Amino acid sequence: MTTRTPMRERFYSELGPLLDSDPRVAVVLAVIGSSGLTDVSARHPDRVIDVGIREQTMVGVAGGLALAGLRPIVHTYAPFLVERGYEQLKLDLGHQDVGALLVSTGASYDASTAGRTHQAPADVALISALPGWTVHVPGHAEELARMVRRESATDQRVYVRMSSAQNARPHPVDGRLHVVRGGRHTLPLVVVVGPLLDTVLEATHDLAVRVAYTSTPHPLDAHGLRTLAGPTPVVAMVEPYLEGTSAAAVAAALVDRPSRVLHVGVPRDSELRRYGSPKDHAAAHGLDAPGIRAQIKELVG
Amino acid sequence: MATTTVPPPIHDLLARITGDEKHDPSAHSTLDVVWVLYDQVLDIAPDRLDDPTRDRFLLSKGHGPASTYAVLAAKGFIPVSWLDDVASWESRLGHHPDRTLVPGVEIGSGSLGHGLPLAVGLALGLRAQRNPARVVALVGDGELDEGSNAEAIAVAGRLRLGGLTCVVLDNHSDKFGWPGGIAARFALEEWETADVDGRDHAALRTALRHIDPGRPTAIVARTTDEFLAPGRSENQQGMDTRTKDSAA
Repeated sequence: MTTRTPMRERFYSELGPLLDSDPRVAVVLAVIGSSGLTDVSARHPDRVIDVGIREQTMVGVAGGLALAGLRPIVHTYAPFLVERGYEQLKLDLGHQDVGALLVSTGASYDASTAGRTHQAPADVALISALPGWTVHVPGHAEELARMVRRESATDQRVYVRMSSAQNARPHPVDGRLHVVRGGRHTLPLVVVVGPLLDTVLEATHDLAVRVAYTSTPHPLDAHGLRTLAGPTPVVAMVEPYLEGTSAAAVAAALVDRPSRVLHVGVPRDSELRRYGSPKDHAAAHGLDAPGIRAQIKELVG
Repeated sequence: MATTTVPPPIHDLLARITGDEKHDPSAHSTLDVVWVLYDQVLDIAPDRLDDPTRDRFLLSKGHGPASTYAVLAAKGFIPVSWLDDVASWESRLGHHPDRTLVPGVEIGSGSLGHGLPLAVGLALGLRAQRNPARVVALVGDGELDEGSNAEAIAVAGRLRLGGLTCVVLDNHSDKFGWPGGIAARFALEEWETADVDGRDHAALRTALRHIDPGRPTAIVARTTDEFLAPGRSENQQGMDTRTKDSAA
Protein backbone atom coordinates (compact mmCIF):
# COMPACT_ATOMS: atom_id res chain seq x y z
CA MET A 1 0.00 0.00 0.00
CA THR A 2 2.97 2.32 0.24
CA THR A 3 3.90 1.80 -3.42
CA ARG A 4 4.05 5.06 -5.27
CA THR A 5 1.84 4.68 -8.31
CA PRO A 6 2.33 6.76 -11.48
CA MET A 7 -0.54 9.11 -10.57
CA ARG A 8 0.64 9.55 -7.04
CA GLU A 9 4.22 10.24 -8.11
CA ARG A 10 2.98 12.73 -10.63
CA PHE A 11 0.75 14.46 -8.09
CA TYR A 12 3.61 14.99 -5.65
CA SER A 13 5.88 16.24 -8.41
CA GLU A 14 3.27 18.81 -9.47
CA LEU A 15 2.98 20.37 -6.01
CA GLY A 16 6.39 22.03 -5.86
CA PRO A 17 5.96 24.03 -9.06
CA LEU A 18 2.40 24.97 -8.05
CA LEU A 19 3.55 26.29 -4.68
CA ASP A 20 6.47 28.08 -6.33
CA SER A 21 4.34 29.83 -8.92
CA ASP A 22 1.05 30.53 -7.11
CA PRO A 23 1.19 32.21 -3.68
CA ARG A 24 -2.44 31.20 -3.05
CA VAL A 25 -1.74 27.47 -3.12
CA ALA A 26 -1.41 25.67 0.22
CA VAL A 27 -1.06 21.93 0.74
CA VAL A 28 -2.75 20.29 3.73
CA LEU A 29 -1.74 16.79 4.73
CA ALA A 30 -2.35 14.27 7.48
CA VAL A 31 1.05 12.60 7.34
CA ILE A 32 0.28 10.60 4.16
CA GLY A 33 2.43 12.04 1.40
CA SER A 34 4.44 14.26 3.70
CA SER A 35 7.69 12.35 3.43
CA GLY A 36 7.89 12.95 -0.30
CA LEU A 37 7.50 16.69 0.09
CA THR A 38 10.39 17.49 2.41
CA ASP A 39 12.14 19.80 -0.03
CA VAL A 40 8.94 21.56 -1.03
CA SER A 41 8.00 21.98 2.61
CA ALA A 42 11.39 23.53 3.36
CA ARG A 43 10.81 26.10 0.61
CA HIS A 44 7.26 26.86 1.72
CA PRO A 45 6.98 26.07 5.43
CA ASP A 46 3.86 28.21 5.86
CA ARG A 47 2.01 26.64 2.94
CA VAL A 48 2.78 22.95 3.38
CA ILE A 49 0.85 22.04 6.49
CA ASP A 50 0.98 18.53 7.92
CA VAL A 51 -1.46 18.37 10.83
CA GLY A 52 -0.49 14.86 11.86
CA ILE A 53 -3.01 12.04 11.87
CA ARG A 54 -5.94 14.41 12.38
CA GLU A 55 -8.27 14.26 9.40
CA GLN A 56 -11.14 16.26 10.89
CA THR A 57 -8.83 19.16 11.54
CA MET A 58 -7.15 18.64 8.17
CA VAL A 59 -10.41 19.56 6.46
CA GLY A 60 -11.27 22.27 8.99
CA VAL A 61 -7.85 23.84 8.44
CA ALA A 62 -8.48 23.73 4.68
CA GLY A 63 -11.75 25.61 5.22
CA GLY A 64 -9.95 28.22 7.30
CA LEU A 65 -7.19 28.62 4.71
CA ALA A 66 -9.86 29.20 2.06
CA LEU A 67 -11.52 31.80 4.30
CA ALA A 68 -8.11 33.52 4.41
CA GLY A 69 -8.08 33.64 0.60
CA LEU A 70 -5.76 30.72 -0.05
CA ARG A 71 -6.34 27.69 -2.29
CA PRO A 72 -6.00 24.54 -0.17
CA ILE A 73 -5.01 21.26 -1.80
CA VAL A 74 -5.91 18.48 0.63
CA HIS A 75 -4.54 14.98 0.24
CA THR A 76 -4.68 11.63 1.94
CA TYR A 77 -6.15 8.16 1.52
CA ALA A 78 -9.70 8.21 0.16
CA PRO A 79 -11.47 6.77 3.24
CA PHE A 80 -9.71 9.21 5.58
CA LEU A 81 -10.24 12.16 3.26
CA VAL A 82 -13.91 11.60 2.44
CA GLU A 83 -15.42 9.42 5.15
CA ARG A 84 -13.50 10.28 8.31
CA GLY A 85 -14.41 13.95 8.21
CA TYR A 86 -17.51 13.94 6.04
CA GLU A 87 -19.29 16.53 8.16
CA GLN A 88 -16.22 18.73 7.83
CA LEU A 89 -16.55 18.55 4.04
CA LYS A 90 -20.21 19.48 4.33
CA LEU A 91 -19.79 22.30 6.85
CA ASP A 92 -16.20 23.58 6.83
CA LEU A 93 -16.18 23.83 3.04
CA GLY A 94 -19.71 23.70 1.62
CA HIS A 95 -21.64 25.53 4.31
CA GLN A 96 -18.93 28.21 4.57
CA ASP A 97 -19.27 28.60 0.80
CA VAL A 98 -15.54 28.12 0.24
CA GLY A 99 -13.64 25.72 -1.94
CA ALA A 100 -10.79 23.27 -1.79
CA LEU A 101 -9.10 20.81 -4.10
CA LEU A 102 -9.21 17.35 -2.55
CA VAL A 103 -6.94 14.75 -4.08
CA SER A 104 -7.30 11.21 -2.78
CA THR A 105 -5.16 8.17 -3.27
CA GLY A 106 -6.24 4.57 -2.82
CA ALA A 107 -9.27 4.24 -5.11
CA SER A 108 -11.89 1.56 -4.35
CA TYR A 109 -9.84 -1.64 -3.91
CA ASP A 110 -6.39 -0.30 -4.88
CA ALA A 111 -5.39 -1.02 -1.28
CA SER A 112 -6.54 -4.64 -1.62
CA THR A 113 -3.97 -6.01 0.78
CA ALA A 114 -4.82 -3.39 3.40
CA GLY A 115 -8.44 -4.47 3.76
CA ARG A 116 -11.70 -2.64 4.18
CA THR A 117 -10.30 0.08 6.46
CA HIS A 118 -8.35 1.51 3.53
CA GLN A 119 -11.09 1.23 0.91
CA ALA A 120 -13.82 3.75 0.13
CA PRO A 121 -15.70 2.78 -3.04
CA ALA A 122 -18.56 5.07 -1.97
CA ASP A 123 -16.39 8.20 -2.09
CA VAL A 124 -17.77 9.59 -5.35
CA ALA A 125 -21.35 8.94 -4.24
CA LEU A 126 -20.73 10.70 -0.94
CA ILE A 127 -19.03 13.72 -2.47
CA SER A 128 -21.64 14.09 -5.18
CA ALA A 129 -24.38 14.04 -2.53
CA LEU A 130 -23.06 17.43 -1.34
CA PRO A 131 -23.90 20.62 -3.24
CA GLY A 132 -21.43 22.38 -5.48
CA TRP A 133 -18.77 19.72 -5.96
CA THR A 134 -17.03 18.58 -9.13
CA VAL A 135 -15.57 15.07 -9.22
CA HIS A 136 -12.73 14.15 -11.55
CA VAL A 137 -11.59 10.54 -11.97
CA PRO A 138 -8.43 10.67 -14.07
CA GLY A 139 -7.60 7.64 -16.16
CA HIS A 140 -3.94 8.54 -16.60
CA ALA A 141 -1.22 10.42 -14.70
CA GLU A 142 -1.14 13.04 -17.44
CA GLU A 143 -4.88 13.65 -17.02
CA LEU A 144 -4.32 13.96 -13.28
CA ALA A 145 -1.60 16.56 -13.78
CA ARG A 146 -3.78 18.65 -16.09
CA MET A 147 -6.67 18.53 -13.62
CA VAL A 148 -4.56 19.51 -10.64
CA ARG A 149 -2.96 22.41 -12.47
CA ARG A 150 -6.29 23.70 -13.73
CA GLU A 151 -8.26 23.25 -10.53
CA SER A 152 -5.58 24.70 -8.29
CA ALA A 153 -6.25 28.03 -9.98
CA THR A 154 -9.99 28.06 -9.18
CA ASP A 155 -11.95 28.53 -5.96
CA GLN A 156 -14.29 25.60 -6.55
CA ARG A 157 -14.96 22.51 -4.49
CA VAL A 158 -13.24 19.75 -6.44
CA TYR A 159 -12.53 16.10 -5.68
CA VAL A 160 -9.86 14.35 -7.74
CA ARG A 161 -9.72 10.60 -7.30
CA MET A 162 -6.35 9.07 -8.11
CA SER A 163 -5.95 5.35 -8.73
CA SER A 164 -3.12 2.88 -9.07
CA ALA A 165 -4.90 1.71 -12.24
CA GLN A 166 -4.54 3.71 -15.40
CA ASN A 167 -5.08 3.51 -19.15
CA ALA A 168 -2.31 3.24 -21.73
CA ARG A 169 -2.74 6.81 -22.88
CA PRO A 170 -4.39 10.02 -21.68
CA HIS A 171 -7.67 11.39 -22.98
CA PRO A 172 -9.17 14.89 -22.88
CA VAL A 173 -10.09 16.24 -19.45
CA ASP A 174 -12.61 18.87 -20.50
CA GLY A 175 -15.50 17.38 -18.55
CA ARG A 176 -17.28 16.04 -21.63
CA LEU A 177 -18.02 12.58 -22.98
CA HIS A 178 -15.61 11.55 -25.73
CA VAL A 179 -16.33 8.81 -28.23
CA VAL A 180 -13.48 6.31 -28.15
CA ARG A 181 -15.11 3.69 -30.35
CA GLY A 182 -17.86 4.96 -32.62
CA GLY A 183 -20.47 3.30 -34.74
CA ARG A 184 -24.07 3.62 -35.83
CA HIS A 185 -25.99 5.87 -33.47
CA THR A 186 -28.47 3.06 -32.80
CA LEU A 187 -25.78 0.84 -31.27
CA PRO A 188 -25.77 0.47 -27.49
CA LEU A 189 -23.54 2.99 -25.74
CA VAL A 190 -21.03 2.09 -23.05
CA VAL A 191 -19.96 5.08 -20.98
CA VAL A 192 -16.80 4.41 -18.98
CA VAL A 193 -15.23 6.55 -16.30
CA GLY A 194 -11.50 6.96 -15.74
CA PRO A 195 -9.07 4.07 -15.38
CA LEU A 196 -11.51 1.35 -16.48
CA LEU A 197 -11.42 2.50 -20.12
CA ASP A 198 -8.81 0.06 -21.41
CA THR A 199 -10.51 -2.81 -19.57
CA VAL A 200 -13.84 -1.91 -21.15
CA LEU A 201 -12.27 -1.65 -24.63
CA GLU A 202 -10.82 -5.12 -24.15
CA ALA A 203 -14.10 -6.47 -22.80
CA THR A 204 -16.14 -5.16 -25.72
CA HIS A 205 -13.65 -5.41 -28.60
CA ASP A 206 -15.90 -7.71 -30.64
CA LEU A 207 -19.28 -6.51 -29.37
CA ALA A 208 -21.54 -4.22 -31.38
CA VAL A 209 -21.39 -1.31 -28.96
CA ARG A 210 -20.05 2.20 -28.97
CA VAL A 211 -17.71 3.34 -26.15
CA ALA A 212 -17.48 6.84 -24.74
CA TYR A 213 -15.08 8.07 -22.07
CA THR A 214 -15.23 10.71 -19.38
CA SER A 215 -12.92 11.64 -16.53
CA THR A 216 -15.56 13.88 -14.94
CA PRO A 217 -18.52 11.85 -13.69
CA HIS A 218 -19.92 14.69 -11.61
CA PRO A 219 -21.45 16.76 -12.93
CA LEU A 220 -22.01 14.28 -15.73
CA ASP A 221 -21.97 15.63 -19.28
CA ALA A 222 -25.76 15.34 -19.70
CA HIS A 223 -25.78 17.13 -23.05
CA GLY A 224 -23.15 14.80 -24.44
CA LEU A 225 -24.99 11.76 -23.14
CA ARG A 226 -28.29 12.89 -24.65
CA THR A 227 -26.64 13.58 -27.98
CA LEU A 228 -24.89 10.22 -28.14
CA ALA A 229 -27.74 8.20 -26.68
CA GLY A 230 -30.29 8.67 -29.46
CA PRO A 231 -34.07 8.30 -29.17
CA THR A 232 -34.28 4.81 -27.60
CA PRO A 233 -30.96 4.32 -25.88
CA VAL A 234 -29.44 1.19 -24.41
CA VAL A 235 -26.66 2.38 -22.11
CA ALA A 236 -24.10 0.75 -19.84
CA MET A 237 -22.54 3.10 -17.30
CA VAL A 238 -19.27 1.60 -16.11
CA GLU A 239 -17.69 3.23 -13.06
CA PRO A 240 -14.68 2.06 -11.02
CA TYR A 241 -16.45 2.85 -7.74
CA LEU A 242 -19.83 2.15 -6.17
CA GLU A 243 -22.29 0.79 -8.74
CA GLY A 244 -25.07 3.18 -9.63
CA THR A 245 -23.24 6.26 -8.38
CA SER A 246 -24.28 8.13 -11.53
CA ALA A 247 -27.72 6.55 -11.80
CA ALA A 248 -29.62 9.71 -10.90
CA ALA A 249 -27.63 11.81 -13.35
CA VAL A 250 -28.11 9.32 -16.19
CA ALA A 251 -31.82 9.00 -15.44
CA ALA A 252 -32.24 12.77 -15.41
CA ALA A 253 -30.42 13.11 -18.75
CA LEU A 254 -32.61 10.49 -20.40
CA VAL A 255 -35.92 11.31 -18.73
CA ASP A 256 -37.55 12.33 -22.01
CA ARG A 257 -37.03 8.99 -23.82
CA PRO A 258 -37.52 5.29 -23.21
CA SER A 259 -34.20 3.77 -22.18
CA ARG A 260 -32.56 0.71 -20.71
CA VAL A 261 -29.55 1.46 -18.52
CA LEU A 262 -27.12 -0.92 -16.82
CA HIS A 263 -24.93 0.36 -14.01
CA VAL A 264 -21.64 -1.47 -13.53
CA GLY A 265 -19.40 -0.76 -10.56
CA VAL A 266 -18.28 -2.00 -7.17
CA PRO A 267 -21.27 -3.88 -5.70
CA ARG A 268 -22.92 -2.05 -2.84
CA ASP A 269 -24.62 -4.88 -1.01
CA SER A 270 -21.71 -6.71 0.60
CA GLU A 271 -18.23 -6.24 2.00
CA LEU A 272 -15.55 -8.32 0.30
CA ARG A 273 -13.57 -9.73 3.23
CA ARG A 274 -10.57 -10.88 1.20
CA TYR A 275 -7.08 -9.51 0.61
CA GLY A 276 -5.08 -10.40 -2.51
CA SER A 277 -4.38 -8.07 -5.43
CA PRO A 278 -6.50 -5.34 -7.02
CA LYS A 279 -6.81 -7.76 -9.93
CA ASP A 280 -8.36 -10.33 -7.60
CA HIS A 281 -10.82 -7.75 -6.33
CA ALA A 282 -11.72 -6.61 -9.84
CA ALA A 283 -12.52 -10.20 -10.76
CA ALA A 284 -14.56 -10.74 -7.60
CA HIS A 285 -16.58 -7.57 -8.32
CA GLY A 286 -17.10 -8.38 -11.99
CA LEU A 287 -14.94 -5.42 -12.94
CA ASP A 288 -12.25 -7.28 -14.90
CA ALA A 289 -12.65 -7.66 -18.68
CA PRO A 290 -14.55 -10.98 -18.53
CA GLY A 291 -16.86 -9.68 -15.81
CA ILE A 292 -17.66 -6.45 -17.61
CA ARG A 293 -18.09 -8.33 -20.87
CA ALA A 294 -20.59 -10.71 -19.31
CA GLN A 295 -22.68 -7.87 -17.86
CA ILE A 296 -22.71 -5.90 -21.11
CA LYS A 297 -23.54 -8.96 -23.19
CA GLU A 298 -26.53 -9.57 -20.97
CA LEU A 299 -27.67 -6.00 -21.55
CA VAL A 300 -27.26 -5.95 -25.32
CA GLY A 301 -28.40 -9.55 -25.88
CA MET B 1 -14.92 54.45 27.81
CA ALA B 2 -14.46 50.86 28.83
CA THR B 3 -17.53 49.18 30.22
CA THR B 4 -17.87 47.26 33.43
CA THR B 5 -21.22 45.79 32.50
CA VAL B 6 -23.06 45.33 29.25
CA PRO B 7 -24.94 48.60 28.66
CA PRO B 8 -28.74 48.42 29.10
CA PRO B 9 -29.45 49.20 25.43
CA ILE B 10 -27.70 45.97 24.46
CA HIS B 11 -29.94 44.06 26.82
CA ASP B 12 -32.88 45.79 25.19
CA LEU B 13 -31.68 44.58 21.78
CA LEU B 14 -31.28 41.09 23.16
CA ALA B 15 -34.80 41.24 24.56
CA ARG B 16 -36.08 42.01 21.06
CA ILE B 17 -34.72 38.61 20.00
CA THR B 18 -35.69 36.61 23.04
CA GLY B 19 -38.86 38.31 24.16
CA ASP B 20 -37.34 38.15 27.62
CA GLU B 21 -38.74 41.20 29.39
CA LYS B 22 -36.93 40.49 32.61
CA HIS B 23 -33.57 41.31 31.05
CA ASP B 24 -32.11 38.48 33.05
CA PRO B 25 -28.39 38.86 32.38
CA SER B 26 -27.62 35.38 33.63
CA ALA B 27 -29.55 33.90 30.75
CA HIS B 28 -26.98 35.01 28.20
CA SER B 29 -23.61 33.70 29.18
CA THR B 30 -21.90 34.76 25.99
CA LEU B 31 -22.98 38.38 26.04
CA ASP B 32 -20.19 39.81 28.21
CA VAL B 33 -17.40 38.19 26.19
CA VAL B 34 -18.89 39.14 22.83
CA TRP B 35 -19.57 42.70 23.95
CA VAL B 36 -16.04 43.24 25.28
CA LEU B 37 -14.59 41.77 22.07
CA TYR B 38 -16.56 44.03 19.75
CA ASP B 39 -16.50 47.10 21.99
CA GLN B 40 -12.95 47.06 23.23
CA VAL B 41 -10.74 44.47 21.57
CA LEU B 42 -11.35 43.55 17.93
CA ASP B 43 -10.21 45.75 15.05
CA ILE B 44 -13.37 45.40 12.97
CA ALA B 45 -16.10 47.73 11.77
CA PRO B 46 -19.19 47.50 9.57
CA ASP B 47 -17.49 49.46 6.78
CA ARG B 48 -14.57 47.01 6.67
CA LEU B 49 -16.37 43.70 6.27
CA ASP B 50 -14.12 42.63 3.39
CA ASP B 51 -10.93 44.25 4.63
CA PRO B 52 -8.34 41.44 4.67
CA THR B 53 -6.66 42.98 7.71
CA ARG B 54 -9.78 42.98 9.89
CA ASP B 55 -9.76 40.87 13.02
CA ARG B 56 -11.97 37.79 12.85
CA PHE B 57 -14.40 36.57 15.50
CA LEU B 58 -15.56 33.00 14.99
CA LEU B 59 -18.58 31.98 17.03
CA SER B 60 -18.02 28.25 17.18
CA LYS B 61 -20.64 27.82 19.87
CA GLY B 62 -23.13 28.73 17.19
CA HIS B 63 -26.28 27.60 18.96
CA GLY B 64 -26.40 30.68 21.17
CA PRO B 65 -26.11 33.48 18.61
CA ALA B 66 -28.61 35.89 20.21
CA SER B 67 -25.88 37.75 22.07
CA THR B 68 -23.80 38.03 18.92
CA TYR B 69 -26.76 39.26 16.89
CA ALA B 70 -27.53 41.90 19.53
CA VAL B 71 -23.92 43.13 19.56
CA LEU B 72 -23.72 43.14 15.75
CA ALA B 73 -26.89 45.25 15.68
CA ALA B 74 -25.58 47.60 18.36
CA LYS B 75 -22.36 48.09 16.42
CA GLY B 76 -24.10 48.71 13.11
CA PHE B 77 -23.27 45.48 11.28
CA ILE B 78 -26.93 44.53 10.85
CA PRO B 79 -30.18 46.51 11.06
CA VAL B 80 -31.77 46.47 14.48
CA SER B 81 -35.07 45.52 12.88
CA TRP B 82 -33.59 42.13 11.97
CA LEU B 83 -33.78 41.19 15.66
CA ASP B 84 -37.57 41.13 15.74
CA ASP B 85 -38.26 38.00 13.70
CA VAL B 86 -35.28 35.73 14.23
CA ALA B 87 -35.63 32.33 12.55
CA SER B 88 -38.69 33.31 10.56
CA TRP B 89 -38.90 32.48 6.85
CA GLU B 90 -38.02 36.04 5.93
CA SER B 91 -35.19 36.39 8.46
CA ARG B 92 -31.48 36.26 7.72
CA LEU B 93 -30.87 35.43 11.37
CA GLY B 94 -31.42 31.83 12.42
CA HIS B 95 -30.98 29.85 15.56
CA HIS B 96 -27.60 29.02 14.14
CA PRO B 97 -25.83 31.75 12.15
CA ASP B 98 -24.99 31.51 8.45
CA ARG B 99 -22.01 33.54 7.28
CA THR B 100 -23.47 33.96 3.82
CA LEU B 101 -26.58 35.62 5.22
CA VAL B 102 -25.31 37.87 8.01
CA PRO B 103 -22.82 40.73 7.50
CA GLY B 104 -20.06 40.44 10.06
CA VAL B 105 -20.57 36.74 10.78
CA GLU B 106 -17.31 35.04 9.80
CA ILE B 107 -18.43 31.39 9.94
CA GLY B 108 -21.65 29.45 9.80
CA SER B 109 -21.80 27.31 12.91
CA GLY B 110 -24.14 25.15 14.92
CA SER B 111 -22.76 21.64 14.83
CA LEU B 112 -20.15 21.68 17.56
CA GLY B 113 -16.42 21.33 17.13
CA HIS B 114 -15.99 23.10 13.80
CA GLY B 115 -15.02 26.64 14.79
CA LEU B 116 -11.63 25.98 16.32
CA PRO B 117 -10.24 23.91 13.41
CA LEU B 118 -11.52 26.58 11.03
CA ALA B 119 -9.88 29.24 13.19
CA VAL B 120 -6.60 27.34 13.09
CA GLY B 121 -6.73 27.23 9.30
CA LEU B 122 -7.70 30.88 9.08
CA ALA B 123 -4.83 31.90 11.37
CA LEU B 124 -2.41 29.74 9.37
CA GLY B 125 -3.63 31.34 6.16
CA LEU B 126 -3.20 34.84 7.54
CA ARG B 127 0.26 34.00 8.84
CA ALA B 128 1.27 32.62 5.44
CA GLN B 129 0.32 35.99 3.95
CA ARG B 130 2.10 37.98 6.68
CA ASN B 131 -1.28 39.39 7.67
CA PRO B 132 -1.26 40.50 11.32
CA ALA B 133 -5.03 40.21 11.82
CA ARG B 134 -6.15 38.32 14.91
CA VAL B 135 -8.45 35.31 14.96
CA VAL B 136 -10.62 34.82 18.05
CA ALA B 137 -12.75 31.68 18.36
CA LEU B 138 -15.41 31.30 21.05
CA VAL B 139 -16.16 27.75 22.14
CA GLY B 140 -18.17 26.30 24.99
CA ASP B 141 -16.76 23.99 27.63
CA GLY B 142 -19.28 21.32 26.60
CA GLU B 143 -18.23 21.79 23.01
CA LEU B 144 -14.70 20.75 23.98
CA ASP B 145 -16.09 17.22 24.29
CA GLU B 146 -15.90 17.05 20.49
CA GLY B 147 -12.65 15.36 19.47
CA SER B 148 -12.00 17.76 16.63
CA ASN B 149 -11.10 20.36 19.27
CA ALA B 150 -8.44 18.09 20.73
CA GLU B 151 -6.96 17.82 17.24
CA ALA B 152 -7.03 21.56 16.71
CA ILE B 153 -5.61 22.41 20.15
CA ALA B 154 -2.60 20.18 19.50
CA VAL B 155 -2.02 21.51 15.98
CA ALA B 156 -2.26 25.17 16.98
CA GLY B 157 0.08 24.68 19.92
CA ARG B 158 2.71 22.75 18.03
CA LEU B 159 2.63 25.13 15.07
CA ARG B 160 3.05 28.03 17.52
CA LEU B 161 0.11 29.89 16.11
CA GLY B 162 0.47 33.30 17.74
CA GLY B 163 -2.39 34.93 15.86
CA LEU B 164 -5.00 32.68 17.43
CA THR B 165 -7.05 33.18 20.59
CA CYS B 166 -9.56 30.63 21.83
CA VAL B 167 -12.08 31.77 24.42
CA VAL B 168 -13.67 28.89 26.29
CA LEU B 169 -16.91 29.92 27.90
CA ASP B 170 -17.09 27.69 30.93
CA ASN B 171 -20.62 27.22 32.18
CA HIS B 172 -20.02 23.69 33.46
CA SER B 173 -22.00 22.02 30.73
CA ASP B 174 -19.42 19.45 29.69
CA LYS B 175 -20.38 15.87 30.36
CA PHE B 176 -17.55 14.63 32.53
CA GLY B 177 -15.60 17.74 33.50
CA TRP B 178 -11.93 18.34 32.78
CA PRO B 179 -9.65 17.06 35.55
CA GLY B 180 -7.02 19.67 36.25
CA GLY B 181 -9.13 22.37 34.68
CA ILE B 182 -9.79 23.41 31.11
CA ALA B 183 -6.80 25.76 30.92
CA ALA B 184 -4.46 22.89 31.74
CA ARG B 185 -5.55 21.11 28.56
CA PHE B 186 -4.34 24.02 26.49
CA ALA B 187 -1.23 24.67 28.60
CA LEU B 188 -0.13 21.08 28.07
CA GLU B 189 -0.19 21.78 24.33
CA GLU B 190 1.99 24.86 24.86
CA TRP B 191 -0.72 27.50 24.67
CA GLU B 192 -0.59 30.67 26.72
CA THR B 193 -3.55 30.46 29.10
CA ALA B 194 -5.62 32.73 31.30
CA ASP B 195 -8.50 31.94 33.61
CA VAL B 196 -10.86 34.85 34.19
CA ASP B 197 -14.27 35.73 35.54
CA GLY B 198 -16.44 35.78 32.45
CA ARG B 199 -18.49 38.69 33.83
CA ASP B 200 -15.52 40.90 34.72
CA HIS B 201 -15.05 43.26 31.78
CA ALA B 202 -11.70 44.59 32.93
CA ALA B 203 -10.33 41.09 33.35
CA LEU B 204 -11.77 39.99 30.01
CA ARG B 205 -10.36 43.05 28.27
CA THR B 206 -6.88 42.53 29.70
CA ALA B 207 -6.88 38.85 28.81
CA LEU B 208 -8.30 39.36 25.32
CA ARG B 209 -5.84 42.13 24.47
CA HIS B 210 -2.86 40.04 25.46
CA ILE B 211 -1.09 38.39 22.55
CA ASP B 212 1.96 36.17 22.65
CA PRO B 213 3.34 36.23 19.10
CA GLY B 214 5.01 32.87 19.60
CA ARG B 215 2.04 30.78 20.67
CA PRO B 216 -1.75 30.73 20.75
CA THR B 217 -3.73 31.97 23.70
CA ALA B 218 -6.60 30.26 25.51
CA ILE B 219 -8.85 32.24 27.81
CA VAL B 220 -11.18 30.30 30.05
CA ALA B 221 -14.04 32.65 30.89
CA ARG B 222 -15.96 31.28 33.84
CA THR B 223 -19.57 32.26 34.17
CA THR B 224 -21.06 32.34 37.63
CA ASP B 225 -24.13 30.45 36.51
CA GLU B 226 -24.73 26.93 37.42
CA PHE B 227 -25.61 24.89 34.37
CA LEU B 228 -28.82 26.31 32.94
CA ALA B 229 -31.13 23.44 32.22
CA PRO B 230 -33.29 23.36 29.10
CA GLY B 231 -36.53 25.08 29.92
CA ARG B 232 -34.85 27.93 31.68
CA SER B 233 -32.30 29.85 29.69
CA GLU B 234 -32.08 28.55 26.18
CA ASN B 235 -35.83 28.13 25.90
CA GLN B 236 -36.25 31.74 26.86
CA GLN B 237 -33.91 32.65 24.07
CA GLY B 238 -36.08 30.74 21.69
CA MET B 239 -33.06 28.65 20.81
CA ASP B 240 -32.79 25.02 19.96
CA THR B 241 -33.65 22.98 23.00
CA ARG B 242 -31.95 19.73 22.16
CA THR B 243 -29.82 18.68 25.10
CA LYS B 244 -26.55 18.82 23.20
CA ASP B 245 -27.22 22.24 21.81
CA SER B 246 -28.69 23.84 24.86
CA ALA B 247 -25.88 22.68 27.07
CA ALA B 248 -22.66 23.16 25.22
